[in-house]
Amino acid sequence: MTYAVELRGVSKRFGEVVAVESLDLAIDDGEFFSLLGPSGCGKTTTLRMIAGFEYPTEGSLAIHGTEMALQPPNQRPVNTVFQSYALFPHMTIAENVGFGLLMQKVAKSEISTRVDRALDMVQLSQRKGATPDKLSGGQQQRVALARALVNEPEVLLLDEPLGALDLKLRQQMQIELKELQERVGITFVYVTHDQEEALTMSDRIGVMSDGRLLQVGDATEIYERPTSRFVADFIGDINLLPAAITGPGVVTLAGTTPVSAPSAVAGNAANWLALRPEQLHLIRHDEIVPDDRNSISGTVNNRVYFGDSYYYVVATPVGALDVRQENRPGLALHDPGTSVHVWWHPDAAAMVLE
Amino acid sequence: MTTRTTSLDRALAANTWFVYAFFYLPILVLVVFSFNASTRVGIWRGFSTRWYGEVLRNPEVLDALKNSLIVAALSTVAATVIGTAAALAIDRYRFRGRRGLDGILYLPIIIPDVTMAVMMLLFFARAFALIDAAGPRFQLGIGSITLSHIAFNISFVAVVVRARLGQLDGSLEEAARDLYANSWQTFRRVTLPLILPGVLGGALLALTLSLDDVVVTAFVSGPGSTTLPVYVFGLVRRGVSPAINAISTIMLVASIGLVALSLVFQRGPKASRNTEMIKETT
Repeated sequence: MTYAVELRGVSKRFGEVVAVESLDLAIDDGEFFSLLGPSGCGKTTTLRMIAGFEYPTEGSLAIHGTEMALQPPNQRPVNTVFQSYALFPHMTIAENVGFGLLMQKVAKSEISTRVDRALDMVQLSQRKGATPDKLSGGQQQRVALARALVNEPEVLLLDEPLGALDLKLRQQMQIELKELQERVGITFVYVTHDQEEALTMSDRIGVMSDGRLLQVGDATEIYERPTSRFVADFIGDINLLPAAITGPGVVTLAGTTPVSAPSAVAGNAANWLALRPEQLHLIRHDEIVPDDRNSISGTVNNRVYFGDSYYYVVATPVGALDVRQENRPGLALHDPGTSVHVWWHPDAAAMVLE
Repeated sequence: MTTRTTSLDRALAANTWFVYAFFYLPILVLVVFSFNASTRVGIWRGFSTRWYGEVLRNPEVLDALKNSLIVAALSTVAATVIGTAAALAIDRYRFRGRRGLDGILYLPIIIPDVTMAVMMLLFFARAFALIDAAGPRFQLGIGSITLSHIAFNISFVAVVVRARLGQLDGSLEEAARDLYANSWQTFRRVTLPLILPGVLGGALLALTLSLDDVVVTAFVSGPGSTTLPVYVFGLVRRGVSPAINAISTIMLVASIGLVALSLVFQRGPKASRNTEMIKETT
């Protein structure tokens, strides 16, 4: 089977600076794939190499089985939605959307039909005669999408397309984008530094750091079973406790406190036990921990109200733990200074290599 | 509510008026006396347009004007093309010697006219000596004036175009490439329309500078190839006549018009209008 996009041993160096280091990545046809990572991790460089704005220093890059590493952008069956939208300010919305078809020498009458259909799809038919500066950020974003999709690319590349929108609009566009992708069935490669965006929209996520691809998996794998400390730390809040596997099904925290290991642990090499704050339970020191659960005693250091939840910082012998308690009626509150037990299901934790 | 006017405020206001008077009274006097009926400068004998008529019937003036226009037109076109290309190259490409070129490109703007003029004269003397040795005979004239004007105008065009390029979002050109435009189509349909206000502004600035130049032109012009400003300068040395006022007024109006037009273009008129212009020219 051929992949929509396949990178083999791709590296990109700018002089002495290594932007991407021997990257292997295969993206399936019709997949919504996100490249997630902090700024400077190489995700945008990777996207730009797929688009053709940068050429790899080493390695091969194929789109649907055809080698494309050194093809110029105008000879690749991909289109890009830019972070700044990059709408041509001197053209109308219709001219913007029709630009790609015009360059491909599509007949005038067909251009006009397809532009109309693309603008219908993003609900902007009424604004086709306007110039981009007359449109709101959300509308410009939709024009940028229409301008790319009207060409029916084999792969659509999106470079943080929602970054410039405010929170409400961003959340709405996330849903729209996902629906659109399912409707048109085109492979999306989506670059973002926003983990929530990646988790909610993607079929699979590739987490990058320092030019390397650290882990590829679907949202639950990335969130619940991170394989590296970086991935665990980057996606959401997490407690990382120094840990070592000291026996069958036993993990010793901070060299002092043995607890039950998660059942999914393979091998015995691990350096950290990763615990999500929302997986931790908090009870008074005189309450009983349920059977077959791990627990640590500690003292409440701090409590912060977040509206939908309370955040506690609990000092324990193995280190400070962040604990999140969902805010609902009858929730017992613990004041700073009180003694408590923190407990969790053994499988709520993940073992993480350095 | 009343604001107190202090003596300092009054002094500043007076200074402002003085500065304006200092700048503009001579120009006003020049313009007014260009309409003087008297043959003697400085004595008002009533309104007349006779000097304008006399100037426009003078074959020497017309010849100088023709030379000025030829030089201005040729040097503007050449300097605009070369200056725009230089601005694009320095803005876009990373090549050996780029920083050095960037620095010296603007040198003609800051070096004194007289230095530029002497340099040009020496250059032409040396170049002509070499060429003459090979056979053809060249001498100073329209050609050398035009080349000199191109030389100093390139810098001004490049500065204006680069300012415009600096504001250009690079992802626009990438978007064009992404949407199947080749390099030439990207330039013609995206880059050029967007920098056109800068290119036209630079061209008008070049035209103005060429029409106004005295020093460089005086050095590199030959017998019978004088431009209008140089001709006026020559007349003044033989004594001020009201005809000079008339010529100067004409040049003043033309210069103000060109500079104003240049500013309008640099401010950037509606972008879509530029596309229309491009579409019509291609």
